[in-house]
Amino acid sequence: MRYAMAIDTKKCVGCGDCVVACQTENNVPHGYCRDWVVENVNGKYPDLNLEFRSERCNHCDNAPCVRCCPTGASHIVEGGIVLVEDNKCIGCSACIESCPYNARYVHPEGYVDKCTFCVQRVEKGQNPACVDVCPTYCLHFGDLDDPNSAVSKAMKGRQWKLLSPEAGTKPQLYFLI
Amino acid sequence: MKTRREFIKISTVGAGLTAVGLTAFGSGIFRWLESDNEKPVSDEDLTAYPTYCEVCFWKCAGWVYVDKSGRIRKIVGNKKDPHSNGRLCPRGTGGVGMYYDEDRLKTPLIRETRDDGSQYFREATWDEALDKVAGKMKEVKEKYGPEAFGLFNHGSPGAHLEHLMRAYGSETNAEPAYANCRGPRSAAYYATFGAFIGSPENTDIRDTRCLVLIGSHIGENMHNSQIQEMSAAINNKATIITVDPRLSTAAGHSTFWLPIKPATDIALLMAWINVLINENIYNKDFVNKYTFGFDLLKNHVKNMTPEWAYGITGIEPDVIRKTARAMAGAAPAVVIHPGRHTVWYGDDTQRERAMAILTALLGAWGKRGSLYLPEAANLPQYPQPEYPEPSWTWKDINEGNYPLATMGITTELLKASIPGNNYKHQIKAWLVGGTNLPVSLPDKKLFKEAAAAVEFIAVMDTMPMEITGYADVVLPEATYLERYDFLRAAQNRVPNVALRMPAAEPKYESKPAWWITKQIGEKLGLHEYFNYNDYSEVIDWQLKQVGTSLEEMKQIGIKTFPRKSGPPYLGENEDYTFNTNTGKIELYSSDLADHGFDPIPVYKPHPEPPQNFYRLIYGRAPMHTFSRTTNNHNLWDLMSENSVWVNPRVANIWGLKTGQKVWLKNQDDAVSKFPVAVRVTERIRWDSVFMVHGFGHSNRKLSRAFGRGASDEVMITHVAVDPVMGGAGMRGNFITFLKEDPNKNGKEVEA
Repeated sequence: MRYAMAIDTKKCVGCGDCVVACQTENNVPHGYCRDWVVENVNGKYPDLNLEFRSERCNHCDNAPCVRCCPTGASHIVEGGIVLVEDNKCIGCSACIESCPYNARYVHPEGYVDKCTFCVQRVEKGQNPACVDVCPTYCLHFGDLDDPNSAVSKAMKGRQWKLLSPEAGTKPQLYFLI
Repeated sequence: MKTRREFIKISTVGAGLTAVGLTAFGSGIFRWLESDNEKPVSDEDLTAYPTYCEVCFWKCAGWVYVDKSGRIRKIVGNKKDPHSNGRLCPRGTGGVGMYYDEDRLKTPLIRETRDDGSQYFREATWDEALDKVAGKMKEVKEKYGPEAFGLFNHGSPGAHLEHLMRAYGSETNAEPAYANCRGPRSAAYYATFGAFIGSPENTDIRDTRCLVLIGSHIGENMHNSQIQEMSAAINNKATIITVDPRLSTAAGHSTFWLPIKPATDIALLMAWINVLINENIYNKDFVNKYTFGFDLLKNHVKNMTPEWAYGITGIEPDVIRKTARAMAGAAPAVVIHPGRHTVWYGDDTQRERAMAILTALLGAWGKRGSLYLPEAANLPQYPQPEYPEPSWTWKDINEGNYPLATMGITTELLKASIPGNNYKHQIKAWLVGGTNLPVSLPDKKLFKEAAAAVEFIAVMDTMPMEITGYADVVLPEATYLERYDFLRAAQNRVPNVALRMPAAEPKYESKPAWWITKQIGEKLGLHEYFNYNDYSEVIDWQLKQVGTSLEEMKQIGIKTFPRKSGPPYLGENEDYTFNTNTGKIELYSSDLADHGFDPIPVYKPHPEPPQNFYRLIYGRAPMHTFSRTTNNHNLWDLMSENSVWVNPRVANIWGLKTGQKVWLKNQDDAVSKFPVAVRVTERIRWDSVFMVHGFGHSNRKLSRAFGRGASDEVMITHVAVDPVMGGAGMRGNFITFLKEDPNKNGKEVEA
């Protein structure tokens, strides 16, 4: 089993609903976020290309944050979801430095926090909150090993790109282009 | 008699209401989410209460999740609701921030004058505040007649105020939603099809093969089901054509983006009509069967070629032809989106008419994938006596002008409030609810003069918006999460009814609008119009008339009903009589002709920016609803201030960099109070700038939003009035940049 997310950049409007839904679902404190939106503009007026991307932790197969964690707080659970055990975390921030996606932050209570793919929901067979709230239906989540999962179906026949593949982290967010 | 009303910043009241400022990003004073390091709570441990959202006018139905301690944790969409399909937009998801906003109005306030003449707000009891409002209503009725008490309103709270005022005998009301927003669309589609577009718009985007957006920025305006349907249209590989001087989000997702020169849309629309007729690719069967005035139209547009339009719009002739053919190829499954905020240049009814005519030529009306035939559930009115007949209404204020107006015109109500204007019918007092007039209306000078002239202003709101500073009495309203309201029965493909009920007790001393209006009504002796103890009795009665009940609706939130008017699409060759003078779709408008207006739209040039000035285009951001949400902590986290978009060529001339703070000055020397950050971007034309509306709040009591960004409406001093229906065209203002603070030596400017 390999959990992953596909983000359809042809549909995302950059509204930030994924960010608010994550905040209320996971009690992310004001001023912090586990997911965010990037806007890219290329070209010269009027020959332009506009892309919105909803980004978060890439839940990498080869996760540098897990490798560099001195206490074992950063760890990988079933399906490849990367988590932080807050009681074990000493807030040293080595993982933050190692992450090519800037996906982690130090929670005001001293531990490092980040996207969990809403593991508490996934365990019950639900989608992450951001996926279920998205009004453009641009987020797709599921098991890549299952050809009938939402993420596998969304990627079928589509071109996709990874963020910073050169970092060698084997990220699991697939941006459909 | 008081002649001048001093603007009061509510932060000057007693200690209980002292504002606490923010010191740095993220250091809020009200950290309910982080305060006790709570972990996510499983949905099974939460109780869900049905609601429909009031963060914008789309009114999406959803569920409010409350934990065992009674705290609101999250709001999610109701899957049965066609407005949301189970997915709220960021504002609906962030609606919790409205409930938890520590800056909310907490008690009734009454304006008082000190011995030295200065004024302040005193915290008051509900009885005092309501007595004051009812007393003034009695006085105005005796002295001038109830009609002289005007109402400015919006949304659900506004509807309760409207009921109170109708019972009292006044129909002197206006909402910015008409003359400052949708009005031209209403007039144009009514003149053409004999039907309004309504809300949510009856656009069948889900099944369309071609979506045409004329300046309409779906995705930045977060009209929920429309965004969802645009995604479906992208999935279905529909052609999307967007006309906008700015690369809007929708333009970025479009097949064709036509970067038009601002204020020339009518020329493009007429050229499209020319191509459809010249190339014989319009829908002949539809036009022959359902329309009136085709030959007049054909003759009218014969010289309006793509080459003619190119010189005006800057859109190349082959692009005009190619897009016209794309529409014809997809017809009748084409949505020419009628837009919503349509008050641009003063000839807006005519532009909307051109869009309606284009729609008719494509046969894109009453067909799958075009404009469907909507239906709303018919809820019987709770028993009450007939409203008294006022001796004059908002319509009489217009004195024969703006003949196609179907709702009150805000500007006219303001003018009628100033005795010096010698209006036959004069307004002496205002009730304001759910609308922040000084921010939602252009021409601040007129607003301030009118506000100073009237004898009395009562304002009902949830937040200390700028309008409260002008009030004699402030009535703190409970948020939508804390109150019963009237049932939502908006039009859609399938008629439906949605329930809003309290998920929590009203915070502070705030009260629901139904309660506030009932108390005032009772004090005025209007008990028969408020014949219930709790508004839930009204809802239950209405629901029982349509075969359900409050008990059932508490479980399901929304209920759909079978259509009574037949299917949402016309049958093949089905006979249909339109509610127009000719019974047909009027390509040539007999109504407009009768009133001396152009019966078929004519392109007329508009003023262009003077040298070193740029046209001010304003619009939306998906996470905010105008000025109403900019203090909401959840949404403020996403976007805390606006910026002014500047093309790199312009930035180069002025030496501007992204992030640099500038002040703005318009053609009439109006100057922005607060600085705004420049955003250098290719997404905007070189002759225009763009700003998101709703920022630059001037009331310090809005602790997060105060002074963040700049307000576009301060720059909108020139209003081009639409002679057909009184719309306030606001896109004819031009700004230039000031790199130094123009206010630094002056005293603080008030609202």
